[in-house]
Amino acid sequence: MFGYDQAMRDWNSKQAARTARIEAGSRFATGKLVAPADLTSFLEAILNPGDRVCLEGDNQKQADVLARALAAVDPAQVHDLHMVQSGVVLPEHLDLFDSGIAKRLDFSYSGPQSARIAKMLFGGKIELGAVHTYLELFARYFIDLTPQVALIAAVSADRDGNLYTGPNTEDTPTVVEATSFGNGLVVAQVGEIVDKVPRVDIPGDQVHFLVDAAKPFYVEPLFTRDPAAITETQILTAMLAIKGLYQPYGIRRLNHGIGFNTAAIELLLPTYGERLGLKGKVCTHWALNPHPTLIPAIEAGWVEQVHCFGSEVGMEDYLRARPDIFFTGPDGSLRSNRAFCQTAGLYACDMFIGSTLQIDLAGHSSTVTTNRIAGFGGAPNMGSDARGRRHPSEPWLRAGAEADPDGPAPLRRGRKLVVQIGETFGDGNTPMFVERLAALDLAEKLDLDLAPVMVYGDDVTHIVTEEGIANLLLCRTKDEREQAIRGVAGYTEVGRGRDKAMVETLRARKIIQRPQDLGIDPLDADRSLLAAHSIKDLMLASGGLYRPPSRFRNW
Amino acid sequence: MQTLRYDIAAPRAAGGTRTIALVGVVASGNLEVLLERGGPADRCTIEIATTAQGFDDLWAAVTADVVAARGGGGLRIAINDGGARPDTVALRLAQGIRLIEEPVA
Repeated sequence: MFGYDQAMRDWNSKQAARTARIEAGSRFATGKLVAPADLTSFLEAILNPGDRVCLEGDNQKQADVLARALAAVDPAQVHDLHMVQSGVVLPEHLDLFDSGIAKRLDFSYSGPQSARIAKMLFGGKIELGAVHTYLELFARYFIDLTPQVALIAAVSADRDGNLYTGPNTEDTPTVVEATSFGNGLVVAQVGEIVDKVPRVDIPGDQVHFLVDAAKPFYVEPLFTRDPAAITETQILTAMLAIKGLYQPYGIRRLNHGIGFNTAAIELLLPTYGERLGLKGKVCTHWALNPHPTLIPAIEAGWVEQVHCFGSEVGMEDYLRARPDIFFTGPDGSLRSNRAFCQTAGLYACDMFIGSTLQIDLAGHSSTVTTNRIAGFGGAPNMGSDARGRRHPSEPWLRAGAEADPDGPAPLRRGRKLVVQIGETFGDGNTPMFVERLAALDLAEKLDLDLAPVMVYGDDVTHIVTEEGIANLLLCRTKDEREQAIRGVAGYTEVGRGRDKAMVETLRARKIIQRPQDLGIDPLDADRSLLAAHSIKDLMLASGGLYRPPSRFRNW
Repeated sequence: MQTLRYDIAAPRAAGGTRTIALVGVVASGNLEVLLERGGPADRCTIEIATTAQGFDDLWAAVTADVVAARGGGGLRIAINDGGARPDTVALRLAQGIRLIEEPVA
């Protein structure tokens, strides 16, 4: 029938492959439980050359015991794996490529390994698929990058494989959903085996094997910013953002990046923001990791709700004690979920504001420097206009009207505010504004189709520096846009290359606003404005609930 | 270490009667600014000791802009630079001019 012999087609090959993996793995397991000493032999049994594998690693939590065991397999048996994981963070993640166990890589973020990954890409050690944004990689888990084996991390498990992932749930539900229902195999490392898990984050029938790592998985405190390190210039940029953007647009729903400028904004809300009468009018609903620097604003009653991508080391007890604000489970602890929070940030927030390393004359921004490939964090999804958005809000409609004042209102798209904030010069006097992004040199060197651009220029609506705010929505030509960018680029070469007369015209049209145009004296940007001056202050503001990791305890 | 000297036309003389003011510290990424009275009321002289080479035109631009915006005529300003960024230089200079203009308590 239909010229195709359906009887010849095997409709169950994936399930059969999984059954074979389970049988091979069971030789090293009692029930679902694999002894740690057998872990490497177990992995050699369940893996085949060329398998697509997700070794759970993201920007915070790491399946570190599984990573070490995988790096120890015999490359003669297991080789040419295709790794599909959001974070390439541990040295073992790259050791796999050095030894030939893995060959191809699709990933998102590589923070601490950014220099080594660049070197290995240049040296041809890694066959690169693509550098993805988080949501994009998660999406591909369900379309063309479904893992055949997932090696994941959880806090605890019962003997049936029900997993408790705790506050750092992060990517796990997404990885398991794709792998398990895509007929792949799921192996979890857990900190302990218990009779009953505090809550079921992952149902046991989606988990095939467990290994008792007898210790918690590794978590990196990535979102802790010490208020003591915030500079006066960063405070000035924070004042400009609050008075020049949060107030006029009435931004209630937002996401912050992890830089010091946005940490300064968080710490200015209960002081400077209070003085401007903005409490309850801005910053009420967040897609945000539990930043310790948000504690003073939460305690002062500014924040109604926060959904989190992940957790943050030391914040667990505080989150547990503020269930009205944070999403928590029946066990009382935080439930984070990176895929849902990214979606929330993309579709339900009116503003993203974050720092970057380089901005060019078209407003494209990138964190790539010539010898480092840090990949993307949450910024590309947070920092992009959601073209599928249909619900109105005041800031979104207003930004849309600024971009297209003559369009018919009922047919006009709103715009998400995508704000890049920073000092004109970064660490080591490196200018933030450049004629040409280093990302372009990298793309050339690696023969990539796309330069790794963090936020595309056509998504950026505002740039904030100590020199003022550039509103790119109001620019009507490419030339105006370039001069608006040059006009806030300070003493960088890009800034000094401005057309002074045109910049003054742009200022008259409020496309550029200087601190004095907003009634801000840079001399008022004082550290006394910060609601907390140190990590210790944050701990005190939390009533002792926030327990900073030891590296931040300097008292 | 190199020394840079600028003699800048000031739009107005520094107010107040304090004879001396000191802001900032010599630390990495920071600078120390010592301001004293002296010289013509329509000129501001600035002497900078810095280890960072090759930023002469930046110093010229930043100091000229600060004096244009904040005055500072009749002041002799000495700077010990610890590799500060231009935004920090501008801020410390402005803080120094404000401090020397403050009424004596």
